[in-house]
Amino acid sequence: MNFPPEHELHQRRKGRNLGVGLVLAALIVIVFGLTYVKVTSQGFRDSATSEGAE
Amino acid sequence: MTDASLHSASRDSEAQFGDYFALLKPRVMTLVVFTAFVGLLAAPVPVHPFIAFCAVLFIAVGGGASGALNMWWDADIDAVMKRTAGRPIPAGKVAPEEALALGIGLSGFAVLLLGLATNWVAAGLLAFTIFFYVVIYTMWLKRWTPQNIVIGGAAGAFPPMIGWAAATGGIAVESVLMFCLTFMWTPPHFWALALFMRGDYDNAGVPMLTVTHGRKATRAHILVYTLLLAALAVAIAFTGAGGPVYLVVAVVLNALFIKGALRIWRRTEEDAEADNFAAERGFFKLSLLYLFAHFGAILVEAGLDRAGVALSLGGLL
Repeated sequence: MNFPPEHELHQRRKGRNLGVGLVLAALIVIVFGLTYVKVTSQGFRDSATSEGAE
Repeated sequence: MTDASLHSASRDSEAQFGDYFALLKPRVMTLVVFTAFVGLLAAPVPVHPFIAFCAVLFIAVGGGASGALNMWWDADIDAVMKRTAGRPIPAGKVAPEEALALGIGLSGFAVLLLGLATNWVAAGLLAFTIFFYVVIYTMWLKRWTPQNIVIGGAAGAFPPMIGWAAATGGIAVESVLMFCLTFMWTPPHFWALALFMRGDYDNAGVPMLTVTHGRKATRAHILVYTLLLAALAVAIAFTGAGGPVYLVVAVVLNALFIKGALRIWRRTEEDAEADNFAAERGFFKLSLLYLFAHFGAILVEAGLDRAGVALSLGGLL
């Protein structure tokens, strides 16, 4: 099976699509990082421990 | 979508990623990032470095989103002003609806994530800043009153307060003083720009002070606001946000700033035209250094405090 040649539109929008892809990848890293920091922070453990104790 | 419609949508100057980024006013964003960063680090509550990074990022994105909304609303003005004619909308690279969608989307995104990352006081301040810049300044004041820059300057002054709130969850005297510093700095900064960007605001029908009250009155206003700003800037040295390092920076830069304002005030239009507005351009450049140096000094003072270096001006009062 032959793949059709890349449409001119894809060439034209390559930079834009790449930029959006990088922004979305960065968003994933940020949300993951924030979640990790919040979950491992002292305040979160304290509240979890106190709830467990009750 | 048919192949034909794809071709019909093609333009020689199709928007690239950089054009959408330009909608966020990246140069203004540097001021937002730096002052928010200083507000966050000057606060007495330590913040996890990654949360601090995210907080400043979301404040910057919120500021950028308000810039996109400003460009959407002001596309007609931007098109007739030399300074702004190359912006993505008047240049035909980005459609106004795209700027509107990007602005609204990023505003919601930035406020929500700042709230989740830090607290809802900071997120609320960011939401209010975006509202103030877009609705109060851009839609209302800018085309209505020559005080547009004075009142609208508040929007650019909020970032250090948001940074402080991100760390502490509240508002304090120090964060309000940082707000006041940027607020009082904005009018002389923009009026100097209006003096050497002659004709731009006249053509656009924006009631800048140079248009409504004349250029001589604008020169006098620059001097008065510079004197008020200098009094405030030096007084901050004797508060919790300041200290000896800040005092030295404030005294030197305010002396230079007053000297520049006096020079502008004494000049006639003939003098200014003779040297292509050298004094006004110099004053504008100095104003950029002025703000960065003041906030830099506040940052140094906060760093010294953290390091346990006790320098106090209390005895001088």
